[in-house]
Amino acid sequence: MNIAEKILAFASGKDEVKPGEIIDAKVDMAMVNEITGPLAIQAFKEIGTPKVWDRNRVVMVLDHQVPADSVKSAELHKIMRAFAKEQEIPFFYDVGYGGVCHQVMVEKGHVCPGELVVGADSHTCTYGAVGAFATGIGSTEMAGVFATGTIWLKVPSTIKVNITGKFQRFVTPKDVILYVIGKVGADGANYRAVEFTGPSIGNVSVSGRMTLCNMTVEMGAKTGLISPDKVTLEYIKDVTDKQFKILASDENASYEREVEVNLEKLGPQVACPHSVDNVKPVKDVEGTQIDQAFIGSCTNGRLEDLELAAKFLYGKKIAKNVRLIISPASQDVYMQALKRGLFEVFLKAGALVCNPTCGACFGGHMGLLAPGEVCVSASNRNFIGRMGSPEAKVYLASPATVAASAVAGKIVDPSTLGEA
Amino acid sequence: MKVSGKAVVYGDDVNTDVIIPSKFLTLLDPTELSKHAMEGIDPKFVEKAKNGVVLVAAKNFGCGSSREQAPLALKYAGVKCVVADSFARIFYRNAINIGLPVLECPDASSQIEEGDLLSINLDEGLIVNETNKRVIKATKLPGFILEILQDGGLIAHIKKKGGKIRDL
Ligand code: SF4
Repeated sequence: MNIAEKILAFASGKDEVKPGEIIDAKVDMAMVNEITGPLAIQAFKEIGTPKVWDRNRVVMVLDHQVPADSVKSAELHKIMRAFAKEQEIPFFYDVGYGGVCHQVMVEKGHVCPGELVVGADSHTCTYGAVGAFATGIGSTEMAGVFATGTIWLKVPSTIKVNITGKFQRFVTPKDVILYVIGKVGADGANYRAVEFTGPSIGNVSVSGRMTLCNMTVEMGAKTGLISPDKVTLEYIKDVTDKQFKILASDENASYEREVEVNLEKLGPQVACPHSVDNVKPVKDVEGTQIDQAFIGSCTNGRLEDLELAAKFLYGKKIAKNVRLIISPASQDVYMQALKRGLFEVFLKAGALVCNPTCGACFGGHMGLLAPGEVCVSASNRNFIGRMGSPEAKVYLASPATVAASAVAGKIVDPSTLGEA
Repeated sequence: MKVSGKAVVYGDDVNTDVIIPSKFLTLLDPTELSKHAMEGIDPKFVEKAKNGVVLVAAKNFGCGSSREQAPLALKYAGVKCVVADSFARIFYRNAINIGLPVLECPDASSQIEEGDLLSINLDEGLIVNETNKRVIKATKLPGFILEILQDGGLIAHIKKKGGKIRDL
């Protein structure tokens, strides 16, 4: 069996499962944010079960609109706070404590290898980075999980992405996943799991793995995952002392298909408006004028991403026609970036550093686009209207490409630039 | 379960951001939400749907976020069933959970045109296009999913089952 099948077999108490089979599984952890949580709470109350099945397995995060940007958001926050209090949920991350939910789930050790995790947010698939099977669900479904601790799932078939070769200069995991989405298509992995493997995966940090798994939903995947290895276990031991079971793909595991990525030949990639699978080498769109650049989100708002961006911004000024918005993915990332002096680099360059929030990524607040404007963003979706006006355009790229482009005032290929 | 209505047709990859734009996600009342259904792609949709329609789409309908507000907005706007060549999985599950019938039908977009009158038998997974008299085969829903739909959604279903989702 492959890792996805092994985790689902374990979660449903079976020796073996096969793609297509419907199972009833026990949930290890469940996460809601303030966009999906209030509806889940409403539905949970309707069911009438007084307490969630296990308060230590529920994580609640305020992240999409923090601090509250309107009275309506403030009301949603209030509903979340009240429920956390009433249910005595220990893992409630209020304004100032957590950050973007997916970053919080991993960095606070709420997800362990081998676990089945559900989150009421589509990018829940991010946690496959530490060898869990994690998938996004809706609010009503979450109410069902709150009440029963179980969920029905169809065992997905798996697409294997085999990564070989060495990363070229300023080419990142973001470029890898954009390239894969371009190849597989926006619905090419629908209902399926996507497993990243191959000789080069051992050189990718947990942060980079999160970027890979995070965007598998952009090709429709149920989850993205990576079998736990040395890198995973090193990371996990620092964030939690929970017990867990290591489940990894067998040598002879079966897959629906394989996709090859040869890093020796991969340059920086960009997803052009208005579809995540409209992927081209950055070179092909070099020179496109931009108005805004954004670095942040559950895809690319981690320390590694900010450090990479700082390499292009150190001692430089952002182009006059551009505003650069940087939002670290969590309070922890914020603190580390502060300690390492990254904010000084950003501020001197003319960037705006905001608090950890989803903000600009989903067009909520903190930097929406006007009609006709163009943004190059390190986030994950470039749908029409995603980051503001339906007449704005969004290009998705790595933090290196975004930072280099902010300095140039137009989209540029970071691999052709000299290091500061 | 049977539903019928006139078809309103859309193309590939209709995402949840256009079904219900993010700025409306703070609305908790489904009737309020429904006033903005499909606003990102078709400002006339609400008017078209108000007397009950079948929403037909090509591939990957509902891709993007996990917002349940998307199927909720459609349901309350008057959509009786969504038929698509294929669905994005979270939208598909959400629709079932809130009691909005969904039917996957690989030939939907090629066999149905705007305004066609459709009669749908969910138990059989069959769509009759009354306008051109063609019968289109869809993927039959598993029994327990039909049961959730019949009960009117997951919440009512769990209540009926005495706190369980499926009989084990
Ligand atoms: S950062 Fe963006 S993609 Fe990630 S959870 Fe927030 S809104 Fe969703």
